Amino acid sequence: MSKTPRKFEIFTDSAEEAGARSGQRLDIAIVGHVDHGKSTLVGRLLHDTGTLPDGKVEAIEKMCERRGMAFEWAFVMDAFQAERDQAITIDAAHIWFSTKKRDYVIVDAPGHREFVKNMVSGAASCAAALLVIDAGEGVREQSRRHAYFLHLLGLSRIVIAVNKMDAVNFDAARFAAVEADMRDYLAELGITPSHVVPVSARDGDNIDIRSERSPWYDGPTVTEALDAIQLPEADSEAALRMPVQDVYHFDDRRIIAGRIESGKLKVGDELLFSPSNKRARLQRIESWPDSDGRASAEASQSVGLILDEQIFVERGEMISHVVQPPLESNVFRGHLFWLGREPLTTGKQYKLKLGTLEAPVTVQSIDRIIDIDDLAMTEAASGNASIERNGVGEVVLRSRAMLALDEFGNNQRSGRFVLVDGYDIAGGGIISMRGYPDQRQLITGKSSNITAVDYGISHAARRQRNGHKGGVLWFTGLSGSGKTTIALEAEKQLFQKGYQVYVLDGDNVRGGLNANLSFSPEDRAENIRRVGEVAALFADAGFIVLTAFISPYRSDRVRAREAVERRAEGAFHEVYVKASLETCESRDPKGLYQKARAGDIPEFTGISAPYEAPEEQELVIDTNGLSEEQSVAALVAHIEENFATD
Amino acid sequence: MLDHLETLESQSIYIIREAYNRLERLGMLWSLGKDSNVMLWLARKAFYGHVPFPVVHVDTEKKFAEMYEFRDHYSKEWDLNLVTGLCPPIEETDPTLPPAARAAARKTEGLKALLAREGYTGVFAGIRRDEESTRAKERVFSPRGETGQWHFRDQPPEFWDQFKTDFPPGTHVRVHPLLHWSEIDVWLYTQRENIPTVSLYFARDGKRYRSLGDEDITSPIVSEALTIDEIIAELRVTTEAERAGRAMDHEAEDSFERLRADGYM
Repeated sequence: MSKTPRKFEIFTDSAEEAGARSGQRLDIAIVGHVDHGKSTLVGRLLHDTGTLPDGKVEAIEKMCERRGMAFEWAFVMDAFQAERDQAITIDAAHIWFSTKKRDYVIVDAPGHREFVKNMVSGAASCAAALLVIDAGEGVREQSRRHAYFLHLLGLSRIVIAVNKMDAVNFDAARFAAVEADMRDYLAELGITPSHVVPVSARDGDNIDIRSERSPWYDGPTVTEALDAIQLPEADSEAALRMPVQDVYHFDDRRIIAGRIESGKLKVGDELLFSPSNKRARLQRIESWPDSDGRASAEASQSVGLILDEQIFVERGEMISHVVQPPLESNVFRGHLFWLGREPLTTGKQYKLKLGTLEAPVTVQSIDRIIDIDDLAMTEAASGNASIERNGVGEVVLRSRAMLALDEFGNNQRSGRFVLVDGYDIAGGGIISMRGYPDQRQLITGKSSNITAVDYGISHAARRQRNGHKGGVLWFTGLSGSGKTTIALEAEKQLFQKGYQVYVLDGDNVRGGLNANLSFSPEDRAENIRRVGEVAALFADAGFIVLTAFISPYRSDRVRAREAVERRAEGAFHEVYVKASLETCESRDPKGLYQKARAGDIPEFTGISAPYEAPEEQELVIDTNGLSEEQSVAALVAHIEENFATD
Repeated sequence: MLDHLETLESQSIYIIREAYNRLERLGMLWSLGKDSNVMLWLARKAFYGHVPFPVVHVDTEKKFAEMYEFRDHYSKEWDLNLVTGLCPPIEETDPTLPPAARAAARKTEGLKALLAREGYTGVFAGIRRDEESTRAKERVFSPRGETGQWHFRDQPPEFWDQFKTDFPPGTHVRVHPLLHWSEIDVWLYTQRENIPTVSLYFARDGKRYRSLGDEDITSPIVSEALTIDEIIAELRVTTEAERAGRAMDHEAEDSFERLRADGYM
């Protein structure tokens, strides 16, 4: 090599070489199937860019001699004795090098299947990836698996090195075949590699120096391809997201500490804290050692904020502006990879880490398990599915508390989460809200100048007049489970017994009160919210209300319960009208299942939209086994027992 | 858009604040070298001039006189809660280690004794990935068993700045806020922030120390660098490793790895 040696360990540049180099550094993950030559490629890259410290090549020569083996470039990287003995890389390592254009850190990810966690740990912080494929062996299981994980980690800048071209005599057709194969797979993930380079890492072809053995190739070398990658811009233009990391009380100041994940803020901005929905104005941004404070701050800065009023906020809340706030929901879909020692299973509770928030969540369902090799999705059988270590799938997670979150497609930083099993980080994933509504609009009151009127007539007076308490019997169950049939018959019987009773059904609210609502998840949730409020008023007026709505979301029913019990404790009884999907589908009184199966009704509960069965209900009516008569009798008995005054 | 040093600073402050929130009994190791001086500065920046945990000096009693002066001066000036612990005699270390590594192992034993005495569950250490190849494999939050051992084959996953902060009783965690910094970054930042530094790093009679350890097992390098600018200029062209002057790293192929597996920083 006649090159001027470039510096080992270098990365920045500020003063003297300004302009010559950007002063930025690019972190790249190197991935690929075991034995496809990643370590060799890195060793060669360090050598050819003049990055190796003096004497390193000689030291490796000696080491190889001692072991009685041929010179091995991979030993440049293999720091551990144990690795040298086993000749495999154990953990992700960081290697520094630089080209004329900029500085790099290569994060080496191991090829062994059981070490996916190290690959994820290494690659998650990178902005780009170098994928190595053996020209002879072609695309293998780990080539695909690693590419898939890059996709899940949000890495879309990828350079492919087709290695060991010397072993296939630099055959252009063989190169084209491997290239096409990998491009096809990546295309399914929505990734286009920036370059595909034919190389021989062992001999140094097309690494930093253009090879004469591949005259048919006119693309860049590996270093040229890396230099061509555009650095990602910091996310300062996106909506403001700053998770509260801590609250400090120093020198009588109350400082809200955290890092801005996206967007920017300035003194005077009105800040919204979610999910508490508190607001305050930003009075000051702290600074040290000078104590003048800053006027503004932007994405990736760690800051300390002082508000204009003392509101109670704590770690885990998400700070945003009032416009473009995060979604609020206590249920979401996660597209996740699993690293846990024990498989992820339905019904199990884990600790969710979302930004700085920690909250217990339960796996409500595992909806899909994805075979990374061919990207085939297996619809998971309900109930007994699980995702094994190193597996990937789509799950629905539910928390008791309301969460502030974003879809990954809208914000990569606040749209991802981690699950902890026991003491260990066991999985990571990205958030989708497909099929689930934003609950923010439902819990945030729009009018604030309303004073509730105290009614002159007491509950006791109404109870005495009617002979029973007011209350709501909230039915939930699949379409065709028998809700309306039971409600109408029970209404008749109760009326005859002297009850003030009324049925709220889809048809008598959809036509008027809720005529402006569609069947989107948001409108369905709003439909149920309004029914809950109306039912609460009826119950307050002393009526027994029977509501006959599918009401598939647990969160909606919880909200209806709160609306009713705000006025009268114990007045809300959830009634689970239970029938299997098969039973309901065979009844199909309105022919709706048939239409849904044919795809004529989108988002049909039980078929193409989720149904969340109750966990704690006051009454179950199992219409799989009970006749209509028995079902109605069970309901009437329950009402007489719980609502009659004498 | 933040510049490179601002990005590094912000990430380190995030790590320090995360440890402060999640770990109960914290201490920050202060070796008085350039890296731990930067780390201490970052802590003061994270907490606006305060250091809300003890600053820990594991004293081999073999440091340079300037280092002791530096410690006593700034611990007073910065109002630090300084905790010191002494190291056992060399006879108590593993006799199968080479001589300089045994000297370094004293520090490991001193640290373990101090951890046990003070009951720390979290310790900040100013190591960097680019210093040495086994350190390149470290995690930011790196758990240690009851005997302080590092299980490099079975490290926890660490991604998206979600660190491992849940541990069974008896475990402590090493927190590494400077892991992603380089030697040049440390000097550029020291210069920009005007952070006080032990004078041994600057040339005297044609030699300076690039890395500071015990006086008897650390050797200076040939250098004329009198200012940080000159140190940076020198680092840009050298192909010598940073720890070349630290005898314990070079006695055997696996010395440093063995030291680290046993709990060395």
